Amino acid sequence: MSAAMAAVSPAADTLLNVERLTMRFGGLIAINDVSFVAKRRQITGIIGPNGAGKTTLFNCITGFYKPTVGRLTLHGDAGHTYLLEQMDGFRIGQKARVARTFQNIRLFTGMSVLENLMVAQHNKLMLASGYTVLGLFGWPSFRRAERDARDKAVHWLEKTRLIGVADQPAGSLPYGDQRRLEIARAMCTDPIMLCLDEPAAGLNPRESADLNSLLLSIRDEFGIGLLLIEHDMSVVMGISDHIVVLDYGRKIAEGTPLDIRNDPAVIRAYLGEDGQE
Amino acid sequence: MTAVPSTSAPLVIQAAKEAAWTILVVGLLSFLMVGYQTEVLQGQQMSFVNRFGDVIWAMVLIPIGRFLLVLARGGLLLPPAVLGGIATLYLFGAAVLGLAGSPLYGQLPLPYDQPMVNAIFGVGAVFILAAAIKGQRDRRRGAQTLEMREAAEARQARIARNMSSILGPILIVLAIVIPWTPWGDRAVVDSLVLVMTYVMLGWGLNIVVGLAGLLDLGYVAFYAVGAYTYAKLSIALGFTFWESLPIAGALAALFGVLLGFPVLRLRGDYLAIVTLGFGEIIRIVLINWQSFTGGPNGLGNITRIDFFGLPFERNPAPGTESFHTFFGLEFASTHRVFFLYYVIIVLALITNFVTIRLRKMPIGRAWEALREDETACRALGINPTNTKLTAFAIGAMFAGFAGSFFAARQGFVSPESFTFIESAVILAIVVLGGMGSQVGVALAALLLIGLPEVLRDLSLYRMLVFGGVMVLIMLWRPKGLLAYREPTLLLHGRRKRNKAGVQS
Repeated sequence: MSAAMAAVSPAADTLLNVERLTMRFGGLIAINDVSFVAKRRQITGIIGPNGAGKTTLFNCITGFYKPTVGRLTLHGDAGHTYLLEQMDGFRIGQKARVARTFQNIRLFTGMSVLENLMVAQHNKLMLASGYTVLGLFGWPSFRRAERDARDKAVHWLEKTRLIGVADQPAGSLPYGDQRRLEIARAMCTDPIMLCLDEPAAGLNPRESADLNSLLLSIRDEFGIGLLLIEHDMSVVMGISDHIVVLDYGRKIAEGTPLDIRNDPAVIRAYLGEDGQE
Repeated sequence: MTAVPSTSAPLVIQAAKEAAWTILVVGLLSFLMVGYQTEVLQGQQMSFVNRFGDVIWAMVLIPIGRFLLVLARGGLLLPPAVLGGIATLYLFGAAVLGLAGSPLYGQLPLPYDQPMVNAIFGVGAVFILAAAIKGQRDRRRGAQTLEMREAAEARQARIARNMSSILGPILIVLAIVIPWTPWGDRAVVDSLVLVMTYVMLGWGLNIVVGLAGLLDLGYVAFYAVGAYTYAKLSIALGFTFWESLPIAGALAALFGVLLGFPVLRLRGDYLAIVTLGFGEIIRIVLINWQSFTGGPNGLGNITRIDFFGLPFERNPAPGTESFHTFFGLEFASTHRVFFLYYVIIVLALITNFVTIRLRKMPIGRAWEALREDETACRALGINPTNTKLTAFAIGAMFAGFAGSFFAARQGFVSPESFTFIESAVILAIVVLGGMGSQVGVALAALLLIGLPEVLRDLSLYRMLVFGGVMVLIMLWRPKGLLAYREPTLLLHGRRKRNKAGVQS
């Protein structure tokens, strides 16, 4: 009886269940029948050569694309499940609480660092301000919410060591700081899943070691699931609990970092066939 | 002094070459347009009068200017500085004399008869002088490094911020007291009412364009909705201005939402085109819906503004009181003008106050974030459509208030007042003022609306000066008169930030 239940309902620690996901652009099949499971309190790495469909996968999960075929089930807190493929883009952030960062950083460059983090808490503050009406009259509950939002922003600024530049325009920060700010901004939305699209791109070795410890601490302190696209193998192999390998839109391997490192299919995808000269 | 650079010989040759080309270009451009003037002879016949003398003068003066400009840019500063300075003083001095109607003007040797044309050549001389001065400044500073340019930009932003914080209150106080000063006669206050109307419209559009970054070329449509709402309510149902003001605002906001729903998924240029079309639709409906809007003849006999129930009438209907009888004053036509002026100041200041508050609300930050990056907003769970709609609706609401005021002031509305050029002027005010800058918008309105009023005597050259001012502002301050952005909240306070600014 209980064994049958387990077979039907997913394991309790499943966060995102990707089933038979396919994404076609005209004649191009960017993702072809990919299934995998991302778990809570785990970092799931997604790797693959250029053009393997990693970012397309992210765009499907975060609602920027509507998948052609497939189901994306997110198991939220308190037993809520969300079918991401049926939700509007912004609702995935608002209701399902999936946050993401972008391959080419997308900050609000003209706004200050602190403001970037306040914008991330928009929905909570909007509610507290009575959809602006109460806020205009300085309602006390709104002031309290604003103070809390600010405290949360400060917490993340301290965690990402950006507190000193809080009032500067986000666009004026060095590249590595912008990467960390984008992560902080995503975390300010209180996500249950955080999708990171190449967070280590363009970072020097010291910065990327920093990033590793930041991501690990996010996993351990907040108990959320992380989905990580990365080319930098020291990051992926170092911190991932589970790795999914894509090549030409197909999943070619899945397993722990150690499994992946020794998987012949993965080696072939990255280094080419033996004796193919 | 100015050491002649070793490359001076090629520089002179190069400048001469450019001057020669300039002769050709000026000749081609001005041969037909300036060289011939059509004249109507004896009622029927047309004939040409040639003005080759003027063309020759242009073909001499403009290449000389070009020659000097190239020298100045190439680093040979002394001749352009001296000649440019002399020409500036001489041409402007002569133009002033001419405009003042001094007989001396006729005796000066000048290339052209009209003072304004000479003044335009004077503007050219200013450019030469400016290039020489800039060359000298650059030489003293040495080559500008990136940091220096950044520091200069930061300094400009700081100046803009300080200017705004000082200028804002000064302008408000000035605006309030000016009717009681000796300059505050009826004509001036009347012009200021017009300026303030545009200030209010500029502040309203600033929410849409400056904060939310939605390029709206049909803003005047909402102004029209407000004006016609009051006109109809007043004529058909006998509403007073104060009763219909909220209705006009609400209706304009409703139109904002109606327009917004289908079009706000468009971005940038596409949105601009659709809003432009919407503005025209409203105007054409107003022209053609004869039975409701009176068509091209408009609606007249709208109840003029009253002092909270007391009309400004010389002879009030028997048994009723008028403003001057109630307060026991002598009747004066200025009462109404002054009252209108204060009403529009209050309305404009409310617009300003609400905008400043809104900017610090979550919705205001979301507007700015949406302007910067819509994709990122979506990823953060912000509903882009609702956010844009609120910006559109609130902007439209203020246009509705202003429109209703316009109708109450004129007592007459017709579609002619709501043409595309009005939208363009309001947009120009916002862009020239510096998008998002409240004081900048007020200054720009003063410049763009007030200046043509001042120059009414020179009405022939009004649009020329208008265009010239726009070009100059875009050249010198491409981001607008007072372009800067103050964060909506600061963690460390302003003091520390200033210190950091000085260090950099």
